[in-house]
Amino acid sequence: MQSLYPPIVNGKAVYDLDSQKYIRVWQGPQHPGVTGNMSLELDICGDQVIKCNTHVGYLHRGFEKLMERRRYINCFPIVCRICVPEPDTNEYLFAAGMEELMGVQIPEKAMWLRALNLELSRLASFLMHLGGQSGAFGMGTVAQWTIAYRDYVLDLFEELTGARIYHMYMTPGGVRGDIPEGWIAHTHKVLDGASKLLDEIKHVMLNNAIFKQRAIGLGVITPEMVDHYGIVGPNARCAGLKRDVRKDNPYLIYDQLDFEVETETAGDAYSRTCIRWRETHQSIDLCRQILAKMPPSGAVHITLPNVLHLKIPAGQTYVRAESTRGEYGYFMVSDGSEFPRKVTVRGPSYSHAMALLEDLLVGVNIADVAGLMVSLHTYPPEIER
Amino acid sequence: METLYKELKQYFDVDEFSVQKASLAFLRVPKSQLVSLLTHMKDIRGYTHLVMVTCVDYLEQDSFLLTYLLHNYSTHCDLGIQVSISRQNPVMDGIHHLWEQGRVYQRELFEMFGIDFPGSPDVHEPMILEGWQGPPPMRRDFDTKAYSEATYSHRPRDHREPEEYMKQQLYPED
Repeated sequence: MQSLYPPIVNGKAVYDLDSQKYIRVWQGPQHPGVTGNMSLELDICGDQVIKCNTHVGYLHRGFEKLMERRRYINCFPIVCRICVPEPDTNEYLFAAGMEELMGVQIPEKAMWLRALNLELSRLASFLMHLGGQSGAFGMGTVAQWTIAYRDYVLDLFEELTGARIYHMYMTPGGVRGDIPEGWIAHTHKVLDGASKLLDEIKHVMLNNAIFKQRAIGLGVITPEMVDHYGIVGPNARCAGLKRDVRKDNPYLIYDQLDFEVETETAGDAYSRTCIRWRETHQSIDLCRQILAKMPPSGAVHITLPNVLHLKIPAGQTYVRAESTRGEYGYFMVSDGSEFPRKVTVRGPSYSHAMALLEDLLVGVNIADVAGLMVSLHTYPPEIER
Repeated sequence: METLYKELKQYFDVDEFSVQKASLAFLRVPKSQLVSLLTHMKDIRGYTHLVMVTCVDYLEQDSFLLTYLLHNYSTHCDLGIQVSISRQNPVMDGIHHLWEQGRVYQRELFEMFGIDFPGSPDVHEPMILEGWQGPPPMRRDFDTKAYSEATYSHRPRDHREPEEYMKQQLYPED
């Protein structure tokens, strides 16, 4: 039988697209399930992918360049747009980097409120992902449930922060305001509903024979690949590695919360979905723990000098937090002026969608490309920030 | 971190060591020793995770400062290895043989700062800015306004008042 793969000359596969044996197709840039635009240039033979190139740049607004020309406080509306479904991680990290360079400590209550906000945004982002994952395998029903339920979480954000998507709730020195009256009762109601919804998702999606048949064995990540490709978060945990920034380098009040790092060993798309399903439960549990343990009163922010003329002492730092996709980091350099010298965003999608996806897709059936791509949980604006 | 620095000092020309916090430190290394130091850190010291590669443009010193941030998963410490290269001849050795995602960072650095990494796969392929004609845009001497005025033309603005215009379109008889 003739080999499916073309000969490799000087490290590159050589084949003639006009021979009618190979076809080049573009998948994207629009995908349901991947929040943002990113396209895959696939060379296929029959129905198998033999080469993939990820193309990004559809969302490039030059965030890092914009931040070099803005005062620190003016950067807040920019940073939250780097990740649409989960903007709070960006806000937290930018504020935390500023606070670390300034050497200020935020009040106890503000830390709890920040952690609560981060966990709620993780919950919203996971709900969106579970819907996208099931949609990629042809089950639109779960997507409709979860996207609808995400709106209830957004309602909570609206009540707490005044905005649904981009909250800008965490400001340097703390958070903007305390919890409004009656909000905790609403939150408990939404969290109870979310955990009921997750049980239904388990019946419909994780126990579904078709979903299992298609997702098991798809896009296997082995433990050796994890460091080689810079894989973090659930994608690394599905290979059996216990890595979670919240446990390893605890920030805010995560060392006072009780949770276990979820792991799987199979490393395929199905185990990644299972991990994310369990981590959604974990987020709900952590929200409940935070609400129970949070101090009932106290200052929510410290007083800073006029933030429009705030000068940050010269220095450089790197701060990280655990987002739904894994380690999210901000590298900030200050030269002592009112403008950041350089802010680099380390989004977890950067290594997942570029180097890893290009290699994982080789040999995959073209029908499973969407499922595999979504199972890595990519948000393209992080790549081209 | 201090002990690590003292041990590294015996093998490499590292200097300008600074501790930012208990789990994060930065040090400077000459350009020629970077790849061997990264290999040493990865293979022997357990700094197996390449967190990110970034560049800061110091226009006033006529240099680029590259930062390679490594993370050790057993001690949960980060080490930022920094190397200063000339702005006039920005060429650097690649690290794509150590970490697979290194080639993506190198592609981005070539596109955004014009730093060349000879031998890195697809390093000259456009990544984000497809069809870009001008100088590398993340350099500090890149004038955003002048570039956009030279490259893009103004769309003539419609000076008609929207209220009047719509009235005429919808109810011409009034």
